[in-house]
Amino acid sequence: MERSGATRSSAGRHVSVLDPRGYPPKVVGKPLAPRLEHLEGKNVYLVDCLFDNSDAFVDQLQDWFREHLPAVKTPVIRPKQSWVDDPDMRAAIARDGDAAVLAVGL
Amino acid sequence: MALEEQGVPTIAVHTDVFARLARSVARVNGMPTTRQAFVPQPVVGRSPAQLREYIEGADPVNGRPFMQEVLEGLTRPLDAEDLNGVSFERSTPRLLEPDSEQNLHRLFVESSWTDFLPIVLPTEERVERMLTGTSRSPDEVVGRLRPTAYREFWEFTVEKVAVNAVMAGARPEYLPVILAALASGITARSSSTTSFAPLGIVNGPIRNEIGMSSGIGAMGPYNHANATIGRAFGLASQNLQGGSVPGETYMGSQGNGLSYSAVFAENEEQSPWEPLHVQHGRSPDESTITVFFGGWYQIFGNGPRDTWEERFRHSLQACDPFMGPIVAIDPLVAQGFVERGFAEKQRLIERLAELSTLRADVYWDNIWMQTLIRPFALAGVEPFATQLAAAPDDLVQAFEPKEISVVVVGGATQPTWKLLGGPFSAKTPSSGARMMSVDEWR
Repeated sequence: MERSGATRSSAGRHVSVLDPRGYPPKVVGKPLAPRLEHLEGKNVYLVDCLFDNSDAFVDQLQDWFREHLPAVKTPVIRPKQSWVDDPDMRAAIARDGDAAVLAVGL
Repeated sequence: MALEEQGVPTIAVHTDVFARLARSVARVNGMPTTRQAFVPQPVVGRSPAQLREYIEGADPVNGRPFMQEVLEGLTRPLDAEDLNGVSFERSTPRLLEPDSEQNLHRLFVESSWTDFLPIVLPTEERVERMLTGTSRSPDEVVGRLRPTAYREFWEFTVEKVAVNAVMAGARPEYLPVILAALASGITARSSSTTSFAPLGIVNGPIRNEIGMSSGIGAMGPYNHANATIGRAFGLASQNLQGGSVPGETYMGSQGNGLSYSAVFAENEEQSPWEPLHVQHGRSPDESTITVFFGGWYQIFGNGPRDTWEERFRHSLQACDPFMGPIVAIDPLVAQGFVERGFAEKQRLIERLAELSTLRADVYWDNIWMQTLIRPFALAGVEPFATQLAAAPDDLVQAFEPKEISVVVVGGATQPTWKLLGGPFSAKTPSSGARMMSVDEWR
């Protein structure tokens, strides 16, 4: 009985079974980047994630900034592929940018 | 989140139906307070004016002005949770707490570990018996799976696969096929909004050794091996990758009936051509399973009759141009093609590719062509760059021969064929099929 994992208790025949799930990685906490005190004069990259029609969304977002916060610079940048990490693009943002808005994926 | 790690304050914009998923992904990446803002679904197909309304409107998830969320996301001072993130272990035990069979069945259903059809409880004895189907060690790592590219990989062992094979009702002799399918790294429970249902096509001696069907009803629920191998591939995928739960780890908009089971054998004995695995360089006496990432469209026909080219032209035009088809044909269809001059399978594949022409504007007016392929075209990658430069009325060839597979399956009761989504070589490298050795997992 032990081998089959079956035992008896006051509640009746109990069965022992294996967990069907895989092994998840350990989650390690990471801090957010320090926030800006203000956006005035800052370079806020608008990242077009290349999803269907995201370019139109980003265009509208850029127009909104130009109309409402003209002192904020909002260059548009695109990764090489959709849904694939682009270290070169990230490096460019980190080097030249103060903040980023990713728009719009899923 | 990678940008945050590089010191760039970032906010990500998502559509509201993905709110639960986006938060879940942030949490398992250790940044649960990642700044996120939401707009209504969909963005696809909305006009600039409608998108502007999204931007000037309220975030549909929390009701606050969308742009206020964006601006504050970049400027609001960090608190302790922002600075620390969250760390935790998520161990999964080997054994669950003993309980009655009734309670365990309920636990498996309530934990979303089943496909909502009855399962066989994976007792130690049953799992041990299942493991007699392979010479591999129970604790050997088989691979890693994840529901989609932006989630974390989960790892799994031979024993974990055996557990899910028991649940699916499979027999020990099927285990090498199931292990090979899962070692492909292609999940049968993709979270893609397209509702993929990957298909497995088995070739070589293993088909007959374990009694798989390649004849009448091979693609339906009429054979124990076909049915339970396919089901095991699905159950194992969802459990080994950390779930396939609608709204969180599954976002397929409509779902797909093929997700229950979609594994069958090629009818090599009644095919006039070399089987799929030999076509791709394997020995006839090698056993393989080829896992195709696809299965979301099916088109039916029969023949080949006198107008077969026109019929196939229409059918190929109806396929999603992003991914080519598996052309699954009955032995009678294969014989018909031989009689029409296609003594070689490759010649038929090349002719089908030539027939897959459609107008350039139709070819590009597609969510995945726009999202995934257009960036390649803009970067000058051929043939996409030329296709993008084509005039709207110009005809472009949707599929290259390498995107089309022809396999023979069926019982010769009618000359029928199906086109099913699933290219061997895809337009994007990550979407192609993988041919796996079954023998390595015996």
